[in-house]
Amino acid sequence: MVRRHSATKSRVALPAKYDQSMADAPTGNSPVTTWEYSPAPETTPVVIPDQTQLYVGGKFIEPHSKKRFTTVNPATEAILSNIADGDAADVDAAVSAARKALKPWGKLPASERAKYLYRIARRIQERARELAILESMDGGKPIKESRDVDIPLAAQHFFHHAGWCDKLRYAMPGTREPRPVGVCGQIIPWNFPLLMAAWKLAPALACGNTVVLKPAETTSLTAMRLAEILQECDLPPGVVNIVTGAGATGKALVDHAGVDKIAFTGSTEVGKQIAQACAKRGTRLTLELGGKSANIIFADAAIDQAIEGIVQGIWFNQGHVCCAGSRLFVEESILPEVTRKLEMRMKTLRVGDPLDKNTDIGAINSKQQLAIIEGYIAEGSREGCTVCQPNHQTLPTKGYWCRPTFMTGVQPAHVVAREEIFGPVLAVMSFRTPEEAISRANNSPYGLAAGIWTEKGSKMFDVARRLQAGVVWCNTYNQFDATSPFGGFKESGFGREGGMHGLAAYLSE
Amino acid sequence: MSDHERLAVLKTWKLFIKGSFPRSESGRTLPLLNKEGGLVAHLSHASRKDLREAVEAARGAFPGWSGSTAYLRSQIIYRLAEMLEGRRAELSDALRSTSGVSKKKADTEVSASIDRTVSWAGWCDKFPMVLGSRNPVAGPYHNFSMPEPSGVCVAVQGVADQHSLLGFMSLVLPPLCTGNAVVAVADTKHPLAPLLVAEIAPTADIPAGVLNVITGDAKELAGWIASHRDVDSVHAIADESIAATLRAGAAENLKRVQILSKDEDFSDTDRWTNPRRLAPFVETKTVWHPSAT
Repeated sequence: MVRRHSATKSRVALPAKYDQSMADAPTGNSPVTTWEYSPAPETTPVVIPDQTQLYVGGKFIEPHSKKRFTTVNPATEAILSNIADGDAADVDAAVSAARKALKPWGKLPASERAKYLYRIARRIQERARELAILESMDGGKPIKESRDVDIPLAAQHFFHHAGWCDKLRYAMPGTREPRPVGVCGQIIPWNFPLLMAAWKLAPALACGNTVVLKPAETTSLTAMRLAEILQECDLPPGVVNIVTGAGATGKALVDHAGVDKIAFTGSTEVGKQIAQACAKRGTRLTLELGGKSANIIFADAAIDQAIEGIVQGIWFNQGHVCCAGSRLFVEESILPEVTRKLEMRMKTLRVGDPLDKNTDIGAINSKQQLAIIEGYIAEGSREGCTVCQPNHQTLPTKGYWCRPTFMTGVQPAHVVAREEIFGPVLAVMSFRTPEEAISRANNSPYGLAAGIWTEKGSKMFDVARRLQAGVVWCNTYNQFDATSPFGGFKESGFGREGGMHGLAAYLSE
Repeated sequence: MSDHERLAVLKTWKLFIKGSFPRSESGRTLPLLNKEGGLVAHLSHASRKDLREAVEAARGAFPGWSGSTAYLRSQIIYRLAEMLEGRRAELSDALRSTSGVSKKKADTEVSASIDRTVSWAGWCDKFPMVLGSRNPVAGPYHNFSMPEPSGVCVAVQGVADQHSLLGFMSLVLPPLCTGNAVVAVADTKHPLAPLLVAEIAPTADIPAGVLNVITGDAKELAGWIASHRDVDSVHAIADESIAATLRAGAAENLKRVQILSKDEDFSDTDRWTNPRRLAPFVETKTVWHPSAT
């Protein structure tokens, strides 16, 4: 009683303004005060050049065709820059530069090669803010993700692989002195532009290869900033060449006879075309492709943590994540609780300006991708799924936006349960036994990642062993680290990136 | 200005314990002489109590250092290389002041020492991959083995006629990069480069107590090091009598001991960046967990 009395007293003593704000709270007669977010935009002191060039043989050069295409900010639809459109002649020049650089680069003592990679890692750390802002402007991802995930991980990849340069013989037991593969053609996607460049370049360079990198056409800006960094670090000319362009540029690279190895991250569809092309010449290949990863919640999981894991699993980077936990399997007994809590949690997600530090979900990367995602949502609805979009926040009038979405009543045969949507759309399904969860999770041509939520360790390890997935996250999701190999089973590709296992793709015996 | 020649400020080289630079509590000093027998400087002459304090500092720093991420340790040791690079000239002069070697030879040793630091920085987040394993036991168990730092390591540089800097770095880096806290005893004939490393360490963000450096009579200290119950491992280059003392005392509480012969060639890069060098400073921990629904 005494406590209640004092609480009442303190409320009376509050200034009038405070009472006013309580009365205005949108929750009406609820005693809880709702504090609305104020915008907290990141300032954007980054100078974006009107047009970009190609980076070949250590120099910034004009594209052979003189053609350029625009890159837009998906949150505003404003044109950010005009990107050089590299053609087959540019690719040829880049491959020649890489070939020329191969021998001297390979002859450099490994400990000296390491120093270049350390320099690059340090410069990425030092220019992190600029890179993060650029990444969010060009790709639409929330600044808190580019600032806290993409850029620091990119730096870590260079730092970690720098250390491998003089230790390769320990990474490949049984080989006396592993040798580089040669000239590597690397094609990367638009969902983690700089990070994917780092995943590709760092191990290739550490192993003594030279590279021609082709960034995705909607997200070339940070790759060209990286080219500046390589120049700042005095990386010998030709060791890394960057040719921007769209699919045709990538195809020219894949078809080039002077390329010893192709590494591709992107869709399974394109991956298979590349595999066909490489099969003709016997070019070495690693593929990191699509996924339809299962996130399995058992009844004995810590539910609130699992809810956060579901959010992290599918709505991280607007769901533009190859390993996104896009199929949610919930043990039947807890399905109502999980959907109720998920709905509540989704209402609190902030959708909007990628440069706002409060934003959880940014813009969809491109107009085309938005159309694909909307097509899938309509398809799900047509097939009889219930589409839930609990978040009712006002969206900006310009730009490409998709509210976080989940679907219930999904059957295994439904398109939304089978195909990769690559957007913030979750298919919710239930199961009764671990056997059912495992067989349904494995019932997919993909096998990239999986999540397991249970407080029972023995079950966790057993299920992890039986899932056909290259990465299994237990009581967590979407964790990445330079020391941890990443890559898929089955049609999610082959080869691993990161850690000791990732080096194998870039070494010959 | 008066016209007499400026008088140099003489420096007494002090100990490095828990991030500070105390004199020996005993008040003792040792003269440091150059090749011709001339006085270079005075050194602190560490006592048994100084050793104990250094071990205590290392023990205190161990949980934080071993508990920090491998990536952070890697970056801190790399930072040490960056800082050493900036002090190349000073390190080279320090080597020459007592050994009288040529500038070229001294510069080469400084370069090799920095490169070795970079190489070991790279091991911080890699040795668990190379030394750890997942063991396919014949049963429904998930079983894995991982290396963990053993704790406090005392590195004794009992001989430093060759490579006083490269040898010092080679003694302290393997235990440091695995997450051990180190007390290093620098040689008293050629201690200046190691003592400079001590002065540089705090500016590389090496946390206080993770690396401690003392100078003293190795013969006198050996018995106390060997019998100290809170020392987990010893990494030493020493003559046979000191080696025997270290081994005998270590047998009492089963310290891990790695003693190198006084002819050890620290310039052998392959040997001195090999992960086998880490073995004395890690314990293998194996974890069993059932794997069944």
